[in-house]
This record gives sequence, C-alpha cells and structure tokens, in this order.
Amino acid sequence: MAVSSVPFASPAPQLAARERRLALAGAAFAAPAALLLVAILLAPLIVLVLLSVTDYRLGAVAVRFVGLANYAEMFSDPVFRRAIRNTFLYVAFVLPAGVFGGLALAALVHARKRTRSLYEVIYFLPVTSTLVAMATVWQFLLHPSLGPVTPLLAALGFGRLDLLNDPDLALATLALIGLWQLLGFNMVLFLAGLSAVPRDLYEAAALDGAAGAVDRFLRVTWPMLGPTTMFVTITTTISAFKVFDTVVVLTRGGPLGATDTLLYVLYLEGFHYFRTGYAAAMTVVLLAFLCLLSLLQARLIERRVHYA
Amino acid sequence: MTDGESADGVRLTGIAKSFGGTRVLAGLDLAVRAGEFLTLLGPSGCGKSTLLRIIAGLERQDCGTVSIAGRPVDHLPPAERDVAMVFQSYALYPHMTVAGNLATPLEMRRLTLLERLPLIKHLSPRRARVMRGIMAEVRAVAEALRIEALLDRKPAQLSGGQRQRVALGRAMVRHPAVFLMDEPLSNLDAALRVEVRHELADLHARLGTTFIYVTHDQVEAMTMSSRIALMDQGRILQLGTPDDLYDRPASLAVARFIGSPSLTVLETVADGVGGIRLGAVRLPFGHRFAAGTRLSLGIRPEAFALPLGPEADGPALAARLVRAENLGAEWHLHVRLDLPGEPPAIVRLTAAEHEAARASGLLEDPLTLVLRARGVHLFGPDGARVEPDPAHTAVVE
Repeated sequence: MAVSSVPFASPAPQLAARERRLALAGAAFAAPAALLLVAILLAPLIVLVLLSVTDYRLGAVAVRFVGLANYAEMFSDPVFRRAIRNTFLYVAFVLPAGVFGGLALAALVHARKRTRSLYEVIYFLPVTSTLVAMATVWQFLLHPSLGPVTPLLAALGFGRLDLLNDPDLALATLALIGLWQLLGFNMVLFLAGLSAVPRDLYEAAALDGAAGAVDRFLRVTWPMLGPTTMFVTITTTISAFKVFDTVVVLTRGGPLGATDTLLYVLYLEGFHYFRTGYAAAMTVVLLAFLCLLSLLQARLIERRVHYA
Repeated sequence: MTDGESADGVRLTGIAKSFGGTRVLAGLDLAVRAGEFLTLLGPSGCGKSTLLRIIAGLERQDCGTVSIAGRPVDHLPPAERDVAMVFQSYALYPHMTVAGNLATPLEMRRLTLLERLPLIKHLSPRRARVMRGIMAEVRAVAEALRIEALLDRKPAQLSGGQRQRVALGRAMVRHPAVFLMDEPLSNLDAALRVEVRHELADLHARLGTTFIYVTHDQVEAMTMSSRIALMDQGRILQLGTPDDLYDRPASLAVARFIGSPSLTVLETVADGVGGIRLGAVRLPFGHRFAAGTRLSLGIRPEAFALPLGPEADGPALAARLVRAENLGAEWHLHVRLDLPGEPPAIVRLTAAEHEAARASGLLEDPLTLVLRARGVHLFGPDGARVEPDPAHTAVVE
C-alpha cells in the first residue's frame, strides 16, 4: 500500500485540522440552544441584577445608581419582612403536606385496581383548573354568611369562623387552598414513581419477611421513590414560594397584611407603584432563596437517593 | 419412589392455575425428594415459572396443595414457608450494600418491628447485639461465596456474576429447607454461565438442600439436575433423571425437546409382525401394533454411523449430503435420506470418525448411513415410546 511511503509525522497536522473542524461543527450545533439560553434566561437575569442597584421607575427618563440602597430599604421595611415571614410559613406548611400528602394519596390510589383512574381524575382536576377561576369558588365556599364551610365548622364546634378575614386564619386558609391545588400533581408524579418500582423487589421482600406495610414501605417503596421525591420536593418548594394568584384574588395581602407574600409585595411595588428598581431587588432576593433551597435539598437528598 | 422418601421434600398435588381464561397449570402432581436438585424444564409459557411461584407463595393456586417438609403450606405467606428464591433479575435492594442485602432476611426474623424502624431502632439495647450476630453470619456466607470483599458495595457497582452471587447469598443466609431458582443464569454471558453452573452444582452438593430450578435451557437441566421434570402446556411430560430423559424419552415430545441437535423423526407404518419398514430396510422392535398403524421413528444424531469397521453391519440407509458443520470436536452432517419425500436428518460424527470417513471416501455421495441400536426410538400413534422387546433388539435386515 502507498501508506508505507508516507512519513509518520505528516498525519498529525491533518488530524489537528480534522479535530478543529469537528469542534467547530460541535459549536455550531450547540450555538442555537446557547443563544436562546442567553437571550431568554441569562440576559434578563443580568438586566434584573443591574436594575436592582438603580432607582429606576417605569417610564422614568433619568436613572441613578444607588448601590445596595434598595436591598437596605427592603430589609428594614416591615412590610417586606412580614412578607418573607408569611411566605416561609406558607412554604413550611405546603411543602411537607404537599410531598407527604401526595405520596400518601399515590400509595392509596396505586392500591386500587378498577377505581384507580377515577381517583386519578378526581385528584388531578384541581391541577387542570385555573386557580384564579377556582378562587372565586373558594371565596363563595368560605364566605361567612353565604358559603357552606362556616356553618359546617360551626356545627362541628369551631364557632363561626371567617376564614379569609381572620388575621390568624387567612394564611392557613390560603395554604390549604394551595395544597388542594398541587396535591394532585404530586400524586401523579408519585404514582409514576410507584409504577416504576420493579415487582420483583416486592416479591423478594415478601420472601425475606418484609411483607408488612411498614417494612415494604421502608425497605422498597421509599428508597425506590428517592428520585421522584427529590423532584417533587423541589417543584413543590418553588411553586409554594411563588404563591400569588390566591393572594391577589382572595385577600389582597389582608387582613392587616396577614397574607402579604413575597411575590405579592413584589407585584405591588413593581406594577402598582412602578418602583421597578426596588422590585428588581426583591426579585433577586426571591431567586436567591429559591436557588439556595433547591441546592440545599438537592445536596441533602442526593446523598440518600439511589438512581436505579 | 416411596412416600417415605418424598415426605421431607416438596409435594405438589393437583395444582391448577388459570390467568383470566388461560389455563397455565392443569392439575399437576410432583414429589420433590429432600435434598435433590430438581429442574423444571420447558419452553417459555409452559407454566414452570408459575409453578415455582406457587411453591414460593407469590402466586396462589386455584386448586391443589403444596406441602413442604411434610406439612401443607397453602395458608402460609412466602416468608413462613421456609423457602428462599433467587430471581432471574436477582431483585437485590439497590439502595443497600451487599451486607445490607444479605442481612435483610435475618433482620426481618430476629428484630422486632420497632427495632427495624429508622431512628427509633437505636433505642433498643438488644439490637446491637442481635445485629452483631447477624453480621457474623452474613460474613460467613459471603466468605463461602467469595464475595466478602464486596460487602460494602452497592449492587450497581457489581458485575452480573457478582450480583448473582449476592442473590444466592441472600437466599443461603437463612438456611431454608428449599431453594427456588427462576432462570438465575439467563442474565449472564455464556462463559460465566458455564462457571456458575459448576458453582451451583457444587453448592448443592455442599449444602445438601432441596433445589428447585427453573430453566428453558436443556444444557443447564442436563448438567446440574438429579432429576428433571419436563413440562409443556401446564403438564409434566416426563419426570426422570437426565439419563432417563435422553435415553428413555417417554414420548416423542420429550425426545424432540431434549438433545441438540434434535433427533430426526421419520414417519413409518407397522408391518404387522413387530417391525417397521424404512424403504428396503426392516427394523424389528417386537411391538404389537397392527399392520398399517402409523408410527414415528426417532433417531438421535449419534445413532447414525458411517460404515467404518465394526459399524459396517447393521441396517443401512442411503443419503445425500446437504451441508457439513465443523464444531471442532464433532461434525454435524445435514443430509437428505433416500426415502419417499427425502426427509432431512442430522448425523453427529466425532472428529476422529469424520477424519477416518473422509480418508476412506465414505463422505462421497451417496452416503451410506448405518443405524446403531442405541438412540433409535419408536413412538406409537399416541406419541408414547414403544419399549423395545429385548428378544427382538438385534437389528436384522
């Protein structure tokens, strides 16, 4: 063959050129996705951070750099501090109730054979409905004189409660509505996770003596649901942090600021008072919280999660 | 076999099972002797796995009784039947280490529910002591299977063969009365399968426990079993030693299933005086079928010989060579016999026979094939094997 006459050194530059071409082609293929990522995620984020250190108001002609003044104002503002407190309280209830409630529902529905799809539809309906529209239904249900809930609770001995207008109860009521809305979604995710657990494992557990419900759950179900649980926890955290529509429609932050939440206060500052720079600073804080919590959960759970 | 022998093993009586409208097991009886290696062999869908799962208690039979070590276990859950199972997929707990997997059956038996709960378990003063005992036994089993170095690994970090051993260990650790194995070698590559086959046979010899082994692979069945139950369509076609199944197949179906390459089947008719005719050749069997009865003649590939020296006398058939396959130690000749319809046949020769035959020009067409007495079986119209009358076994032309 002719190859034998070719000096050994000569293929190298050819190879380098080939590799360069390959790298170029790779970059070209990645470019559209990278550009989109920059255009719709990174660029707005940078603009947001830049805005948060200015006093920009929507429509203003002059913009002034104010450094961290917006952040300083935020953390000394009792309204914002209350909003943070309320949001964390809301998350503290909705997150565990949403995750474990979803898991419990999934476990119950999974055990059904014929009625399974019926229950799936029932629990999933709230997810498909528009929360703003459903909120008006809730408003009627919870109305102290028109709705059925107040007399029902009274009959049970709770007294005549005005669930949405009592400062002590309003946030809890919103949290329950929020839970109602996302439970079905979490249930469907857990159902998918449960269906993916190999039947063999349950059978092996049965032979090993782990046949009781508790042992089956602890030895097989719960560990095998690790990846699902992690996903559900993070999505539930994010949606709980972003509680907004029920606040706007049902309480507008009231009574007495008892349901002021982070996103609602942010919305007021940004779109009612047009303090864009200040709202941007709040958004950065909200984002920081979400990133931090997601990272923390990922770290904590990842250590115990097994990906099959 | 007497009842006394089988009382300690596993006894199945009238086991039937249907899924929906499909009958999977049709009233099946089987007595497994204590300490034997019994293989349930059969094509996929023959009900062998279902039968194993019924013994394990993972599936409930529609009717019939399962007895283990002399006592009926139909009402008992799997864990209380004193059986252990090795699954085809191994079914190891993926989130636990090898040690955790091996310890699970013992933990379930020796710890109370409270002592198994997360966090709360540490409150029990007894638990640490029990766990030390369990870990000592786990270590002993791991050493017996040579996996003690893997105890801290998780199943995902193990090779197929190692996982298989862990699954075996999890079954061994509680010293069950019966081992149930559902195609445990099917996920291993060919070389490993041969190795694990030896280890399983060795393990059976060492433990002396009853093994019930399900496979569709006749080589696994033939090489490891004390006895084989060949199944098809929810019934046992024949129960016997590997020799029984190969040399004395109860029916044409058994003869066809066992042996590779499979035996040649020729359609013939009875001649009315205890023999059959193949073309010009008459084979005497001493059977009692009336003249004209349709019979099947099964000929194992090694029952054909080329007329070399002592093999030369015996009933001979002419044939045309279609293809010759070299397997190294032996040759398979695919031929067409010089009979009406030119039926195909397979001839197995050792490498030495092939060499000698080629040297003496015996592989030139037309071939002359001599029938040996051993490996030639006659089957009646119902498919049952006709036991040759010893007075007539000498084959004469």
